[in-house]
Parts: sequence; structure tokens; C-alpha cells
Amino acid sequence: MYTNGYIFRYAAILVIIAAALLSLAAVLLKPFQEKNIAIEKMGGILASADVEGVETKNTIQFFNEYVVEELVVDKEGNAESYKDTDGKMEDGPAFKIDMKKELYKKSKGEAFHLPVYIINKNGESIYILPLRGVGLWGPIWGNIALKNDLNTVVGVTFDHKGETPGLGAEITTTAFCEQFIGKTLFNDDGSFMSIMVVKGGAAKLPQNMQIHGVDAISGGTITSNGVNDMIKDVLTAYLPFIQKQRAQ
Amino acid sequence: MSTEKKEREPLFSTKNVKLLTAPLNLSNPITVQVLGICSALAVTAKLMPAIVMSISVMVVLAASNVVIALLRKGIPPRIRIIVQLVVIATMVILVDQVLKAFVYDVSKQLSVFVGLIITNCIIMGRLEAFAMSNKPWPAFLDGIGNALGYGLILVIIAFFRELLGSGTLFDIRIIPQGFYDFGYVNNGLMILPPMALITVGVIIWIQRYYTRELIEEN
Repeated sequence: MYTNGYIFRYAAILVIIAAALLSLAAVLLKPFQEKNIAIEKMGGILASADVEGVETKNTIQFFNEYVVEELVVDKEGNAESYKDTDGKMEDGPAFKIDMKKELYKKSKGEAFHLPVYIINKNGESIYILPLRGVGLWGPIWGNIALKNDLNTVVGVTFDHKGETPGLGAEITTTAFCEQFIGKTLFNDDGSFMSIMVVKGGAAKLPQNMQIHGVDAISGGTITSNGVNDMIKDVLTAYLPFIQKQRAQ
Repeated sequence: MSTEKKEREPLFSTKNVKLLTAPLNLSNPITVQVLGICSALAVTAKLMPAIVMSISVMVVLAASNVVIALLRKGIPPRIRIIVQLVVIATMVILVDQVLKAFVYDVSKQLSVFVGLIITNCIIMGRLEAFAMSNKPWPAFLDGIGNALGYGLILVIIAFFRELLGSGTLFDIRIIPQGFYDFGYVNNGLMILPPMALITVGVIIWIQRYYTRELIEEN
């Protein structure tokens, strides 16, 4: 028979060995995993501006090629520009910004800095603003690409940590995202309307508001509301910057 | 091979080879023992994830089988299930981390199912039924054999689901564009889990038709 002491010692040693192995693996593999996450982030930025031909292998190259300028925007809407002549935009200060931390600072009323990417596509500048918010089960995030009038949407991408497959997770589909193309953030008076994700369909909105609304996902109400709030909250943070640029 | 002890039987004796081949047919984990069905339905919409899943299960199963077979004399019986789970969980997390580092796209497709290898009944079943009472080498072969049996079924299901559901194999278009121009449409139902279950059923039917030993007496 095994004594209780033996069982406890056995369990303790086993767990310590397992923990040591896992920590070692986590530390050793971290650089590779972070590179993958960075590539995914770049892919999202390029996809929102509808850059074609992007694959996992060439994402970094495309990113350096297409992104001509990175801005770091502060609370008052002042932008600090970063351009690299060597074409290494991936090392830019904007790309290193952690949206989660900055939005947390914003919620506490502290100073914050948000990234803006400017892509040059067929001679036109496209402004890309990253988004981050909450869905039903965890964080959701994405990018919204605007024309250089900073009003008309060129495209959006969304991603999520663990929304329900087939329901909330549908926010990543092209069918959902392409609804945003051509929608506008500001009405004719120039006041900020955001883009509303409307339960029951954008057709329910008054005629003059339909340009600011898209259809929500059936069965994915909380995720849809999350997307709605995310766009509104994050763009509100960018608003001083957007207003400044539009005034010029 | 062995320096310390002399193996009484050769490495690939009839008995050992049987450990590898039996799970492919007579004791197949999916079609005969009906274990691991959940993941067989979930990851078989495309061939690539099915293959990566099979390889992951193979690594986890073979490694845990060997570790448990090595430890088997010291494991206190009262906590043996916990010990088995710790070993499986460690292996699964290692596999998950490696996938995230080197095949990120596939790892995203497999999402939670890699983590859920922990709950794959095949693995605990083999540890408890085989590795606890056998030497490491047969346990290793048993692990590889069962994972092959599992993977074989997964790949067959994925082959039909991807071909009929998406018209591709490994994301390469197989069904020519001309067919679509004539009105051929991909069978969307094949992508959904119910058709995976029906495909498993058809495989079991065909297997039993050709393997008389599996048919019950009455």
C-alpha cells in the first residue's frame, strides 16, 4: 500500500515537473507566437483597406509597402507622425500601442494615445483606426478604414476571442462586414452619428439615418450591440483627431 | 537497441505489430469503440485541420502512453486518474503552444478543439486500459496505433466533406469550374456536423459489411 505521505509527495513532484516544463515551453515559444499575432494584426489592417493578395507569408512585406505613415493620436486630437524611409513600418510607435491599455486609461479619464495607420492605395490615402470592445464571451476587436474625408467607410474587419460560432462569431464574415462599406460617420450637419448596428435591420431607421446603420446579426444580439458600442466608444476617443483633420 | 535490459521479444514481434494494426480496423477507436466522436465531427470540414488534429492526438497519445508506462509502478492507485490527467493536460498544452507558434492559421481553425484533446476519451481510455499495465515500447505502439485508427477515420470523413461540401481538397479546387457553370452546386449540408455523423455511420456500415468478426451473433 502507498502511504498518504507518499501520495502527497508524488503529486507535488509531478505537478512541479509539469509546471516547469510548461513554463519553459511558454517562454521559449513566446517570440514565435508574438510574431504570428503581429502578422495577424497587420493582416487585419490591410484587409480593412481591401488590399488584395495578402497571405500569411507576405503580410509583413505588404504592410511595409502599403502603410505610408503611422500616427499616434492623443486625447486632444494632436497627431504625431511616423514615417520610415527604409520601409520598416512594423517597428513604428503606433504599431506597438496596446489598445486595451490605452482604452482603459481613457475610461479612467487619463491621457491616452491611439494609433492611426495611413495606407496609400492607388494614390488615395486611407485612414485605418483600430477598434476594441467587448462581445458576449470576451473581447472583440477590429479595424475601420475611412476615406481621406474621414467620414466614408472603405471597409471594416472584426475578430473575436470566443464569440458563439454561427451566431456572434458571424461578425467576422464578409456578409456582415461589407454592409459597412460606403456608410458615413457624420450627418449633413457634421455631427457625429457613429455607425449603428441595428437589431431588426437598418431599414427600421428613418430614411436620413440609414446611411449610418447596418443590420445586426440574428441570434447574436449581445455581440452586435458590442460591435455597435465598440465603434461608438472608440471613434469617440478619436473624435478630436477626426474633427481636426476634417476642419483642415 | 537496448543496452541495460535484453528485450525478450523483438521490437516488431507479431504481438507488437498487432498493437499498431488492430486499431485501424478491428478495434478502431471511432467506428468500433465509438470514442472521440465529438472531435471527429468538429474538425473534419476540411482535410488540413483533420490531419493536424490527428497528428496532435498522435503526439499526445503516444507521449502520454510512454510517460504513464514509465511511471506505472510508482503511481499510487488512489490518484492514478489525476496523474493521468496531469500528464495528458501537460502534453496537450505543449502541443497547443507549438501549434500557435508554428502553424498559427491551423491553430486558429482548430481553436478550442486542441484544448479539448484533454477530454478525448480515446486518450484516457488507452492510458487506463493499456499503459498502466504495459511496458513503454508496447504502450508507445499502442498510442501510435490508436491515433492512426482515429486519424484514418478523420481523414476519410474530411476527404468526403471537403470534396462534396467545398469542391476542394487541401483548399485546392478539385471540381472543375465547368461543372459549376452547368449548375453543379456544393452540398452545403456536408459542411455541417450532422453530415459528419452520417458519414461516420456510412463508414461503420461499410466496415461491418467487410469485417464479419464485428457483427454480433443475434
